[in-house]
Amino acid sequence: MASHDEQTTGREGVRRTVTRTLVVLAGMFAFAFALVPLYDVFCEVTGLNGKTSNSAQMLVHEEVDTSRMVTVQFITRASAGLPWELDVQTRQVRVHPGQSNEVSFTFRNRGDDASEARAVPSVSPSEASVHLRKLSCFCFQEQRLEGGERLEAPLVFQLTRDLPADIKTVTLVYTLYPVQPAQAAVSPRRPIKEGDSA
Amino acid sequence: MASHLPPKPTPQHSTATAGGMAEAGHARPGGLMRWLLTTNHKEIGSLYLIFSLTMFFIGGIFALVVRAELFQPGLQLVQPEFFNQMTTMHGLIMVFGAIMPAFVGLANWMVPLQIGAPDMALPRLNNFSFWLLPVAFTLLLSTLLMPGGGPNFGWTFYAPLSTTYAPPSTTFFILSLHIAGISSILGAINIIATILNLRAPGMRMMDMPLFVWTWLITAFLLIAVMPVLAGVITMMLMDINFGTSFFNAAGGGDPVLFQHLFWFFGHPEVYIMILPAFGIVSAIIPTFSRKRLFGYASMVYATAAIAILSFLVWAHHMFVVGLPLVAELFFMYTTMLIAVPTGVKVFNWVATMFRGSISFEPPMLFALAFVVQFTVGGFSGLMLAISPADFQYHDTYFVVAHFHYVLVPGALFAILAGAYYWLPKWTGHYPHLRLSQWHFWLSVIGVNLTFFPMHFSGLAGMPRRIPDYALQFADFNVASSLGAFLFGVSQLLFVLVIIKCVRGGEKAPAKAWEGAEDLEWSVPSPAPLHTFETPPDFHPHRQH
Ligand code: HEM
Ligand SMILES: [Cu+2]
Repeated sequence: MASHDEQTTGREGVRRTVTRTLVVLAGMFAFAFALVPLYDVFCEVTGLNGKTSNSAQMLVHEEVDTSRMVTVQFITRASAGLPWELDVQTRQVRVHPGQSNEVSFTFRNRGDDASEARAVPSVSPSEASVHLRKLSCFCFQEQRLEGGERLEAPLVFQLTRDLPADIKTVTLVYTLYPVQPAQAAVSPRRPIKEGDSA
Repeated sequence: MASHLPPKPTPQHSTATAGGMAEAGHARPGGLMRWLLTTNHKEIGSLYLIFSLTMFFIGGIFALVVRAELFQPGLQLVQPEFFNQMTTMHGLIMVFGAIMPAFVGLANWMVPLQIGAPDMALPRLNNFSFWLLPVAFTLLLSTLLMPGGGPNFGWTFYAPLSTTYAPPSTTFFILSLHIAGISSILGAINIIATILNLRAPGMRMMDMPLFVWTWLITAFLLIAVMPVLAGVITMMLMDINFGTSFFNAAGGGDPVLFQHLFWFFGHPEVYIMILPAFGIVSAIIPTFSRKRLFGYASMVYATAAIAILSFLVWAHHMFVVGLPLVAELFFMYTTMLIAVPTGVKVFNWVATMFRGSISFEPPMLFALAFVVQFTVGGFSGLMLAISPADFQYHDTYFVVAHFHYVLVPGALFAILAGAYYWLPKWTGHYPHLRLSQWHFWLSVIGVNLTFFPMHFSGLAGMPRRIPDYALQFADFNVASSLGAFLFGVSQLLFVLVIIKCVRGGEKAPAKAWEGAEDLEWSVPSPAPLHTFETPPDFHPHRQH
């Protein structure tokens, strides 16, 4: 019977379509997760999300470009629920590209108990982040402070000479986040590297 | 007004009602079990439509709570925490519970009838995908009663608001969205399998009615983006419960990544809510203009173009997150590009009506209102697409005005138009004419009174999702709130029309509308439970 044949070919076709769509589904689900590392790599290469390197970088030895000056501003923020303060020695410095600079930051634990926190940096405009090299930064590791303790920590950085000419001001924001030891342990992301600062 | 001209007699392909009912071998269970276990595409279609109508009223009540609070500046009726839950739940319920299931219901009913198939390709799966929905939405609604309340972070659930700072019920919200997502995915698989494999012999792809075409493309969009949504909410679940830091800056994650992932799903999602509407309108306008659809092939290509482009525009929702200049420009231009195929469609509808012999039955009224008002929403979309301008418009009521114009007098009106168009096929009776007209006119007035002033309050700077506002926005908000209540109440007329139509009314013949051409009009009205058990002879009436 002709219609019977059609029916079986129809069934075959349905099975084929279903298998194919299931493959696409699995692929798209995996793709969503693949986007996370892809996004990281993309941002690292282009610096588009204003993230800076998580570990110390080498000083690029190049001549200081004395022909122009760039303003670097510092903003510090403590997050809610953490009795810490973060201060910076100066709110802004004027630097030449190529020159290496040091700025001192002060952490203070206003609470009674010891706690841990990490300062997470962000650079704006984001195009500047690949041109900002950190030779040493407190942000590479978590800080642990006893109740009432105070800590001075330096940031040593360099703006490379190839910083686009239209960037006149670079703003560096540090936000303090509390660290629960358990939370850091299972992070799927690259853990913030410890210890290898200059 | 003559409601419908006497239809021409047409040969009827289908097995008669009684014959179709005698399903060889097994007796059908009665009562509740019949609906719980049904694998019949028409019954499942009705279940979807009834479910979606229920959700429409629940989501509508939430919207009215919002509008009642916003009637005056200051806080009168609800606490800000509850207000946030209402805006969030309204959005979630309308998008995932009302609009999407309504389209799936229409697809269940009409796709097999329009392609001459006896049923959906996977009837049992069909039953399962429907029954997942009541589970998902009972769970979602129950979060409102949980300690800390329900979701309060907006329907876009941006992290870390929806992770670090979210109420404890968020895990249940994620679970319910997973279930609803699985339901849509299974529905999409079924629709694709049906359309690709069960067409009547002789029906080529380019012979398919546009509702079938638009649904095929929508189903592909669903297959492509629902897994991404599932991925995002899984990451949220892990951030909340397993200490990961996908979206947590403290742990090395990035909240902006959430927005990229969400809108990679979210923008195609808004087209999922509009493409089937294009299909419905493309069926109705030719019928009541008594002409063939102008530019059938270009309609198909425009739909496909919109679907493909919809993957390249997601960051127009993120113009203010600090995108680099190249990205601002890229997403601005791609977004504007989408307006081109959309414009092709509007042109084709207008050209179809040009020199047609038009009559204004209720489905046509809704379809015409769709064309005009959807275009208004398209224009405000174009304004939002201008990235520097969007810095001002973003997160104001202007955005609310934009997407409500494309979704309410857009998607929803198309669903209502479809319901009025196919009710004679479903029930065997014409919907009550006077009541339908009242429903239409009150809806049009209500919708415009509600949403048109929002353009102005938005341009003047009123932020969205805030329970209080500055005094200068008061008049616009009075109008919006009055309009919202008018619109809400007039939807009760729709329920009345449906009940009357199911119970009785003027009898409809197989070909209920004189100008209707597609295969569904060749089976009797009401459509018997089983149709096209032997495939119909299909003769393409469109020449390409
Ligand atoms: C010509 C076509 C369209 C253009 C150019 C366009 C453009 C835009 C832009 C630029 C935004 C972001 C505004 C902002 O947040 O600042 C937006 C938001 C939105 N659009 Fe459209 N749109 C179009 C059509 C549609 C359609 C057809 C739908 C749905 C049926 C839709 C639904 C939405 C929704 C739901 C939002 C807001 C999401 C939210 O933030 O809650 N749009 N649109
Ligand atoms: Cu969009």
